[in-house]
Amino acid sequence: MGDNIVTESFSETHRAAATPIVIVGHVDHGKSTLIGRLLYDTDSLQDGKLAQIVESSRKRGLAVEWSFLLDSLQIERDQGVTVDSTRIPFRLGSREFVIVDAPGHRQFLRNMITGAADAEAAVLVVDAKEGAQEQTRRHAMLLRLIGIRHVIVLLNKSDILGFDEAQIVKVESDVRQLLGRLEIEVEAVVPASARDGDNIASRSERSLWYKGPTLVEALANVPPPASRAALPFRMPVQDVYRFDGIRYVAGRIERGTVRAGDRLSIGAQGQVATVAEVCRWHAPELPVAGAGESIALRLEPDLVPDRGDLLFPADDKAAAPERSARIRTRLFWLRGEPLRVGESFTLRLATAEHDVTVASIDAVVDLEDLTLREGDSVPPDGFAEITLAASHAVLFDPFSPGFGDGRGVLVDRYQRIVGGAPLIGPAELADGEHAIHPTASRVSAARQVQARGHKSGVFWLTGLPGSGKSTVARAAELALSEQGINATVLDGDTLRAGLCSDLGFSPEDRHENIRRAAHVAKILAESGQVVIVALVSPLQADRAQARQIVGENFHEVFVDTPLETCEKRDPKGLYAAARAGKIPEFTGISAPYEAPVSPELRLPADRPEQEAINTLTAFILRIVQP
Amino acid sequence: MTQTRILSRDQSTTGLAQPRIMDDLDQLEAQSIFILREAYRKLKPLSLLWSLGKDSNVMVWLARKAFMGHVPFPVMHVDTEKKFPEMYAFRDEYTKKWNLDLLLGYCPPVEEIDPSLPPAARSAARKTAGLAAMIDKHKFRGVIAGIRRDEQATRAKERVFSPRGAGHRWDVRNQPPEFWDQYATPYEDGMHIRVHPLLAWREIDIWRYIEREGIPLVDLYFAKDGKRYRSLGDQDITNPIESNASTVAEVIAELETSRTSERAGRAMDHESEDVFERLRVAGYL
Repeated sequence: MGDNIVTESFSETHRAAATPIVIVGHVDHGKSTLIGRLLYDTDSLQDGKLAQIVESSRKRGLAVEWSFLLDSLQIERDQGVTVDSTRIPFRLGSREFVIVDAPGHRQFLRNMITGAADAEAAVLVVDAKEGAQEQTRRHAMLLRLIGIRHVIVLLNKSDILGFDEAQIVKVESDVRQLLGRLEIEVEAVVPASARDGDNIASRSERSLWYKGPTLVEALANVPPPASRAALPFRMPVQDVYRFDGIRYVAGRIERGTVRAGDRLSIGAQGQVATVAEVCRWHAPELPVAGAGESIALRLEPDLVPDRGDLLFPADDKAAAPERSARIRTRLFWLRGEPLRVGESFTLRLATAEHDVTVASIDAVVDLEDLTLREGDSVPPDGFAEITLAASHAVLFDPFSPGFGDGRGVLVDRYQRIVGGAPLIGPAELADGEHAIHPTASRVSAARQVQARGHKSGVFWLTGLPGSGKSTVARAAELALSEQGINATVLDGDTLRAGLCSDLGFSPEDRHENIRRAAHVAKILAESGQVVIVALVSPLQADRAQARQIVGENFHEVFVDTPLETCEKRDPKGLYAAARAGKIPEFTGISAPYEAPVSPELRLPADRPEQEAINTLTAFILRIVQP
Repeated sequence: MTQTRILSRDQSTTGLAQPRIMDDLDQLEAQSIFILREAYRKLKPLSLLWSLGKDSNVMVWLARKAFMGHVPFPVMHVDTEKKFPEMYAFRDEYTKKWNLDLLLGYCPPVEEIDPSLPPAARSAARKTAGLAAMIDKHKFRGVIAGIRRDEQATRAKERVFSPRGAGHRWDVRNQPPEFWDQYATPYEDGMHIRVHPLLAWREIDIWRYIEREGIPLVDLYFAKDGKRYRSLGDQDITNPIESNASTVAEVIAELETSRTSERAGRAMDHESEDVFERLRVAGYL
């Protein structure tokens, strides 16, 4: 195997950058084995590395395992699973490639994206016997959303089917149908065995019926990246510097070309300036720069754009980007908790940052058959189409595979990347829909922690009327303030006296009461406050909704005082009135109370009240103290 | 009246100057400049680790490219006090020539380091402790380091912006997603971010860039009496390789045919299979 590939010496003067190739597919369909085989067949291994593989395999009493080359971390080898993506260079003739290995385990989607997002082409490895599996579909979906243009399918382990033409043609047709649904064009479907080397670098004797390319031939046929130089100019401002008395507007050209003398529009404000000079340090002087170059511009007049302002050709409407405060976007969701309507994020678009809110979830992808369904949340590692509402007009170019346009990324208030959002286009408002453009705080959670000296949190006390929720909450509030922690108590009666004075005690009104309390608690928590909510909140479903609204800061506390005790205490005389039939739908008497199944904290009633106060205070301190 | 217009190589028939076609080094350079500018904008205070080796010299050079000849943040040399004398001379010369704001850090004696590490790794871990002390002292939010994916398998797993938690630990199993040139900058007390602008470069790229740009280097990289250093660590744990390459061009020619890995001369890499990962989780570069 492999002796038909010649490693050429480095000799050309102009060298193209290596073509990144990502290898994806379901776990155990043979990705790592394929990579090891490719490197061996193309003679791309350093001596040291081959020796390491042999040694590692020997230590484990195994024959040479190609996949060990990639599983280079001790922890991975112990588990026998590739955890993270790795990049390995190899060459075919005069062309250089970089292989990006992407893991097959579902929970490692973010590692796969990290590796795959820059790839020019992908090899989708499918076990010929098993056919497309859950991760095959997931990875194919992702290839589409991150914009990989060229996809080669490798039907691995075809030897198990004896390279039988009829069976392989059947699998091929299934896979082509699947990818067709995603509008992915397949460059080739190659029946192969990575372990034995069939149709990888050389043509197999076992599949004489197959007339298509070997994997290596298919890779060599991948065209070089499309040129971005001929498109209208775009440069998002990365920063503005002043050195040696000169102001430089720094950035990387996303596409197009800029020349001294060009007139440019700056951001959404629409100021116009002329390029006085294209500046570089220690480089040939050229009055022009093209897509991909990191440069600095001197502008005339000497304006000071903001980071994120998009520079684009002035005086040419056809060359202007889209402009909209509502944007339709696809989404791949990377957070551990589901996405819901109403959540706010920062949308990063190149160097720009925009406050956005999820205005609607328009469709969710069903990974069983890759169809779009209605849905009101996007699960972890899920895919969807959503509408984002920004607080002001956003300039953007719609996402296009192979280009840098419209590559939106959602970032949460902890500055973590939680989703990828390839922008589709401006969103129309449906008839009768009222456009709201909520804004998010610009103060990061970290800054608030710094300023206040503690984290925020919502502590939701639930329990029967008279169980002591408000008493415990107020006492904990005092104890916390003595330790320098700002806490606010939202208790049922206080809320009903004002914010919720329009509500009664029907199930619908109770539900609304809780919904309002949860939103107020959320706003307070987002401003850095510790919030103690004391509400009967009798229904599991209502508390679950409150948890949804508040998010990860929500902590359920069960004030577990039995009915008899509450009724005996009856501080407000309510139980007596309820028993007398004067209060309808009274929780515990004539309306149900659903005790929490697994509260984060339970305050039992068989202890002195002071102990409940101490327990709650300590619990809150443990969570909010940095 | 006839005029003959001569089109230069960079001009098309439209008469407009055309941009240069970027080769692989141009692309690597542009990407590194982008990363350095992101770090300077997003992470303050920021510093750059200058080990005096070839990679960190390239990194200082790229910073000067990014900031029009300036390095607008301090460069930090964490001194083990066991480097080669040539390296100290180089440091002093180019601190002045490049107008660098140099911060010096020192490393604790080896006796204070985890005795369960093999001897050379234990010696290398001194640098980790010295670096940690500098980061704590100056409260750096960002530290730029010149590691490359092709150097060592553990480094291949790195992110460009790599968060370090409390105690400077690298959580290799829980790294953030990083794509489309968007770098996450989470921040909590005691945390910093390692920035790796050279992650995508290979050893040969570094040398070709050094040749193209004329970047100065310590002489130890060039052969004397049939030996040269391919990678520079402390004197007592770095070994020279057999070589006759005495110029940058000869080093490049040698690398094109070499099939041994770059860190072959670093003793600690060969002590046990997992030692490098253990060092890195604890904060080694």
